[in-house]
Amino acid sequence: MLSINNLHARIDEKKILKGINLEIKPGEVHAIMGPNGSGKSTLASVLAGREDYEVTQGTVEFAGKDLLELSPEERAGEGLFLAFQYPVEIPGLSTTNFIKTAVNEVRKYRGEEALDAVAFLKLMKEKMAMVNIDQSLLSRSLNEGFSGGEKKRNEVFQMAMLQPKLAILDETDSGLDIDAIRIVANGVNKLRNKDNAVLVVTHYQRLLDYIVPDFVHVLYNGRIVKSGPKELALELEERGYDFIKNEFKVEA
Amino acid sequence: MNNELSAIEKTVLSDYKYGFVTEIEADEAPPGLNEDIVRFISAKKNEPEWMLEWRLKAYNHWLKMEEPNWANVKYEKVNYQEIKYYSAPKQKKKVNSLDEIDPELRKTFEKLGISLDEQKRLSGVAIDAVIDSVSIGTTFKEQLAELGIIFCSISEAIQEHPELVKKYIGSVVPITDNYFSALNSAVFSDGSFCYIPKGVRCPMELSTYFRINAEGTGQFERTLLIADEGSYVSYLEGCTAPIRDENQLHAAVVELIAMQDAEIKYSTVQNWYPGDKDGKGGIYNFVTKRGICQGAHAKISWTQVETGSSITWKYPSVILKGDYSQGEFYSVAVTNNHQQADTGTKMMHLGKNTRSRIVSKGISAGVSNNSYRGLVHVGKNAANARNFSQCDSLLLGDKCGAHTFPYIEVKNNTAVVEHEATTSKIGEDQIFYCNQRGIDTETAVALIINGFAKEVMNQLPMEFAVEAQKLLAISLEGSVG
Ligand SMILES: Nc1ncnc2c1ncn2[C@@H]1O[C@H](COP(=O)(O)OP(=O)(O)OP(=O)(O)O)[C@@H](O)[C@H]1O
Ligand SMILES: [Mg+2]
Repeated sequence: MLSINNLHARIDEKKILKGINLEIKPGEVHAIMGPNGSGKSTLASVLAGREDYEVTQGTVEFAGKDLLELSPEERAGEGLFLAFQYPVEIPGLSTTNFIKTAVNEVRKYRGEEALDAVAFLKLMKEKMAMVNIDQSLLSRSLNEGFSGGEKKRNEVFQMAMLQPKLAILDETDSGLDIDAIRIVANGVNKLRNKDNAVLVVTHYQRLLDYIVPDFVHVLYNGRIVKSGPKELALELEERGYDFIKNEFKVEA
Repeated sequence: MNNELSAIEKTVLSDYKYGFVTEIEADEAPPGLNEDIVRFISAKKNEPEWMLEWRLKAYNHWLKMEEPNWANVKYEKVNYQEIKYYSAPKQKKKVNSLDEIDPELRKTFEKLGISLDEQKRLSGVAIDAVIDSVSIGTTFKEQLAELGIIFCSISEAIQEHPELVKKYIGSVVPITDNYFSALNSAVFSDGSFCYIPKGVRCPMELSTYFRINAEGTGQFERTLLIADEGSYVSYLEGCTAPIRDENQLHAAVVELIAMQDAEIKYSTVQNWYPGDKDGKGGIYNFVTKRGICQGAHAKISWTQVETGSSITWKYPSVILKGDYSQGEFYSVAVTNNHQQADTGTKMMHLGKNTRSRIVSKGISAGVSNNSYRGLVHVGKNAANARNFSQCDSLLLGDKCGAHTFPYIEVKNNTAVVEHEATTSKIGEDQIFYCNQRGIDTETAVALIINGFAKEVMNQLPMEFAVEAQKLLAISLEGSVG
């Protein structure tokens, strides 16, 4: 579904991604871990189409299309979703209204009829239960004054509403309390099926107890330097990143 | 849940949507201004002697005045001798019902989306339409008359209710008030008149629709609205003008009078032609709007959505004379391309325990300039006066300007005056966030600005709020991304 080949990206003159290779198939869950500043969010942004980053080399294929040729909104239409590490606030714009717009724009892209108010409400009720989000939050301005955890929960709620093919969760667990992690992870698990995939960026093994990955990758200094089964996450938790840093010092 | 977005989608058109000219024969005065023109207008309208004298007094005063140039706007001076001061669409005979109106003229209204019949049947909004200088027809007249409400053109009011007009015209905005109000007083050709009797709640929105049609004409309407004790009225004014190369002048005067316990809500959605991308053409909108809370517990509330005109110079104001009276000003002003807006309000606290609230939202894009200029005056007898002002500016791009000029004069030390101001930019982060959810940049901008302006939009009557949201989106088309 997603195939990243030798991807290089930079911002201004600073090279951040230095040759990423990654293959994700339908039904899989991949986790990316790695020290602060290694390029995890950059990879997520480049995949989502943020223009600040310049792709200097490499290809990305998504659902049979050349992803890098598409605008950010087209990528969303194709079923790519990014749960942001730092969701933005838009004062005065109701969260519900924002999500309704998003759902209908994506439907329009796919040539589907817009949902009317009744159908939209029904979908919303169903997904609200799934990720356990409060109605009152959704009538407030988008993310304005939301607590860190509320923002993250709102991201997962949007994911539930948009039903993407590939969801990238960038540190969706950070800022969540222990119960919230479980609820959010359960929500993500309920959304999983054989046709969609999830890419989880996290620093903590704990999330991976709930969203069990098929593969774990370590991103360091703009490259995936190690990949392995879910046990790799445990090893990292135990040993830290030093052994990896030492191993790759020469190349850095 | 509302459907504002689908409405925006439908109407995001890049050109000024209302730019068409109606081919109607006009009955005009030659260009230029002198005493004879003033007499001509008055005679055309078959006015009583006192009205003509009032006009002439205004004209002679105007001659002695100088055009103001203190507003934060720059423009080529208007040549007052090149303007036509009277242009009436020619009609074969006096119309008795709406059905007799010139079909061309009716088509104009249909294009504007205000088919009088439709309005009459569907929306329950009573409309007085002013095209160029003359009032065309007032819907719902009989129904309103049953409640004792008078809603008609000001020309008609001068004929039918001279005692009311004579008593109130110029009582809030005296002819000597300013350059443009003096000019208006001399040459106003029509406008709307409304009187709500004691204790009556007007059951529908009253509305005036202004349109400048003929070439080289100025439009000088005069609106007079009186809410007698304990009454309530909500009034909406909408405007359009066709695209012309030369600038056209619009200098209206609106006077509101709220007696004891009365409430007036006055909303404006202004989208006169703003000029093209290079700043050519467009309407000069120099308007004097003022209301007086004459009695205790009276309330006047101005709400405006200003998206049009190449230059807007306008300060809807409230004189808070009655004790416990309240004044409100809610404004969204959008400027794009070369537009300039200098707008704001004056709240004059004279009575005790008077309150005022100012919420101004300025949105600037392109190379435009948007200024808020507000005065809060607390007189020496205005014990316990309260004012709260909030002025927010939103910038799209970095070539536009936003300026805030709050003036505060307090002569009573029990007064509390608060002012808050913010300036922000639409962030790329915000737009990218929307993009990532499948929302294109144009729509994202519309969502963000409507969010920014929400507090003001919420003040508008429902059906006009939807219209106003579309307007915001249209006027900022293409300014980001
Ligand atoms: N807009 C930018 N301008 C300059 N440098 C940037 C920019 N965005 C990212 N970088 C740099 O690129 C590197 C990678 O950043 P990125 O946010 O991708 O890291 P990360 O792996 O997500 O880290 P964290 O675990 O802290 O979230 C960092 O050194 C960061 O400072
Ligand atoms: Mg990150």
